[in-house]
Amino acid sequence: MAVRKPPITTREYWAPGHAACAGCGCAIIMRLATKAFSEAMEEKYGDPNAFAIAHATGCMEVVSAVFPYTAWKAPWIHVAFENAAAVASGIEAAWKKLGYKGKILAFGGDGGTADIGLQALSGMLERRHNVVYIMYDNEAYMNTGIQRSSSTPYGAWTTTSPPGKYSIGEDKPKKWVALIAAAHMVPYVATASIADPYDLYRKVKKAAKVDGPAFLQIHGPCVPGWRIPPEKTVEVAKLAIETGVWPLFEIENGDIRNIKFQRFPKDGKFKKPIEEYLKLQGRFKHLFKRPGAIQELKEQIKEMWRVLGKEVELP
Amino acid sequence: MPMKRVMKGNEAAAWAAKLAKPKVIAAFPITPSTLVPEKISEFVANGELDAEFIKVESEHSAISACVGASAAGVRAFTATASQGLALMHEILFIAAGMRLPIVMAIGNRALSAPINIWNDWQDMISERDTGWIQFYAENNQEALDLILIAFKVAEDERVLLPAMTGFDAFILTHTVEPVEIPDQELVDEFLGEYKPKHAYLDPKRPITQGTLGFPAHYMEARYKVWEAMENAREVIKEAFEEFEKKFGRKYQMVEEYKTDDAEIIMITMGSLAGTLKEFIDKKREEGVKVGAAKITVYRPFPIEEIRALAKKAKVLAILEKDVSFGLGGAVFADVSRSLINEKEKPIVLDFIIGLGGRDVTFEQLEEALSISEKAMKEGVEEDVYWIGLRKEIL
Repeated sequence: MAVRKPPITTREYWAPGHAACAGCGCAIIMRLATKAFSEAMEEKYGDPNAFAIAHATGCMEVVSAVFPYTAWKAPWIHVAFENAAAVASGIEAAWKKLGYKGKILAFGGDGGTADIGLQALSGMLERRHNVVYIMYDNEAYMNTGIQRSSSTPYGAWTTTSPPGKYSIGEDKPKKWVALIAAAHMVPYVATASIADPYDLYRKVKKAAKVDGPAFLQIHGPCVPGWRIPPEKTVEVAKLAIETGVWPLFEIENGDIRNIKFQRFPKDGKFKKPIEEYLKLQGRFKHLFKRPGAIQELKEQIKEMWRVLGKEVELP
Repeated sequence: MPMKRVMKGNEAAAWAAKLAKPKVIAAFPITPSTLVPEKISEFVANGELDAEFIKVESEHSAISACVGASAAGVRAFTATASQGLALMHEILFIAAGMRLPIVMAIGNRALSAPINIWNDWQDMISERDTGWIQFYAENNQEALDLILIAFKVAEDERVLLPAMTGFDAFILTHTVEPVEIPDQELVDEFLGEYKPKHAYLDPKRPITQGTLGFPAHYMEARYKVWEAMENAREVIKEAFEEFEKKFGRKYQMVEEYKTDDAEIIMITMGSLAGTLKEFIDKKREEGVKVGAAKITVYRPFPIEEIRALAKKAKVLAILEKDVSFGLGGAVFADVSRSLINEKEKPIVLDFIIGLGGRDVTFEQLEEALSISEKAMKEGVEEDVYWIGLRKEIL
C-alpha cells in the first residue's frame, strides 16, 4: 500500500507539555511555524535542524521554558522583552563566523514587536540579517493579563482599555506592523492566520527560504484575552478572515503596489458581517450596546483595505 | 617584538579588541567612545580582524546582539559610555545571569542631566550590582592590558561572567600616549581560543537558554553569580601574574604608592591616580606622611586589600568621581563595608570630586588632605565632602 507523504512534516520542535492555555492560538503558531521552518531548512540546506530560535519575553516564552523544563527541541534562547530581533542579529553574526548553515527564527508577541521591540525589529530588518521574525499577534499584552497594545483593535476591551461612561474600549485603530516591516523593503513580508494552516505553512517556508530578512504577522486568538471558549479559537480566527477583519497578504521587496492577497473576495464584497466575528468574543460584547461603534470599526477596516489598495464592501 | 605606538585610549581599546580576536562586535556611536567602533570597523574593513561587525541601532541592541553572539558560542565585544551604558542596564544583569563572558570597553563619562560628555565614573559605578567584573585603567597602556585581562578572567570556567574596563573620558579616550602593543602570538597564548561548554546554539546539540526561574531556583542561580564573582578574585590575581610573566607589566587589585609609613592614604581609581601620585610626591617632599592607593579592580571589590591598607593608616581619604545620592560616594560605601567589622579601623572620609569633567587640581587635593589632617587630629566632623564646588553659582 502506498503511503502518502504528509502535507506537513511530522517533525516536532514544540513539544507537548508546555503550559499554554487550552485552545491557545499562539501555541498553534509555534508548532506550525517551526515545522514549516524545518521543512524549508531541509529543502534549502539539506538539514531540517539548521535553525535556532530567539524568543522575546511573552506568553509563548513563559509557557515553554520554565527551568528545568523546556518545550523546545531546537536551539532556543530568551533574553528580554524588546530585543529578540537584536539577539537574533547577534546569533546570525556568530553563525556566520562559526560556519553554520541555516537561518535564525525570532518570535515576539504583538507587545514585544509592535511596541517595545519595534526599534530592534527595524534595526534587524534594515541591516538585512538572515532572520525570519514572526510576530504572533493576539492583539494585547496577554502575558501580563490583557493590557492593550498598539496592535489591539478598535473597540476591544482590555484591562487598560475598559469600556465605561467615557470610554468605548480601545479607541485607536490597530497598528499593522507588517506594513512597517514592508517599508524596510525586505525580501518578504506576509500576514497569516492559524485558521489557514496551509497558507501559514507556505508563507513561513517562503520566508525561511529567502536570502535575508523576512517578517510575518500571524493572527493567534487568545482564549482568556478575547473572552472566547477554548474550542472556538480556530472558528474565531477563520471569521476574522471571512469578515475582512484580518487581511492575508504578501509583500515582496516592499513593493506595496503589487501586494498578493489570499482568500480575498474577487468582487471585494465580504459575505459575512463583522458582527459574526465580534459576537463570539467577550472583548467586543459592549460594542453591540454602543450606537455607531461597530460602524466606526467597519470604516477603519475599509480604510485598512484602502491602504492595501483595495476597495471593499462590508455587509 | 612588541611594537610601541603613540595612540589615544580609544585606539588602545580597539587594539586590545583586535588582539583578542572577537568573532562578533556590536556597537553604537557615543561620545567619548565612538573612536573604538570606528577603529574596529577599519580593522574589519582592512581584513586585519576577522569578525562580524554589527552596526546596531542602539546600545540596547549592541549588548543584546553581544548576548546573542556569546550565547551562540563566540567571543563578543562592545564599547560604550554613559547614557549608552545606562541604556544597556537591563541586559547587563541578563548577560551576567546567563554567564556570558562578553567584554566591554567604557570611556567613563558623566550621566545626564545636565547632559555632559566629560569624565566621571557614574556610568560604570551605577552598574556595580549587575554582576559584571569591573576594571579601571589609569592610562592608555592599562586600558589595552586590562581589556585583554578582562577576556582572560571573564572566560575562565571558574568565573564565566562578563567584564568591563573603564578609562576616563577625554583624559584617556582622546589623549595620546605611547602604548606597547603586545605580540599577537603571545596574546593568543594568553587568551587561548574561546570554546564554551555551557553556551552554544548549535543545531546538533539543541539547548534552551534564558529560562524562567521560579522561586525554587532563582536564588540559587543568583548565588552562583555571587560565587563566580568571589572566584574571580583568585582568577584575576592569577591572570595578573600570568600577564606580568608574558608581557612584563604588573597589575594588582589595589596598587599602593608610598603607603608604608603613611598616616593618611588617599584612595582613588582611574586616571586620577596619576595626578594623585604626583601630588603625593610633592607632599612627601614637604615631609607630609601621605600615600596613595589605586583601585584597579572595583568588582569584585578588593575587600582584603582594603583591610590590609587600612592597617597602615589613620585616615583613608577616598577621592571619587561618582555619588550615590542620599548616601555618599559608592567607593566610600564599599570601603566602609570592607572595614565595618574590623577591630581597629582608621577614619574613612569621602571626597566627591571632578564630576562631569571638572579638572582635579592640586588645590582641590590640598583641601581634601587638610580636611583629612584635621579629622586625624580633632576627630570627624562630617564624612562626605564635595570638593571644588563653585560656591558663587550655587
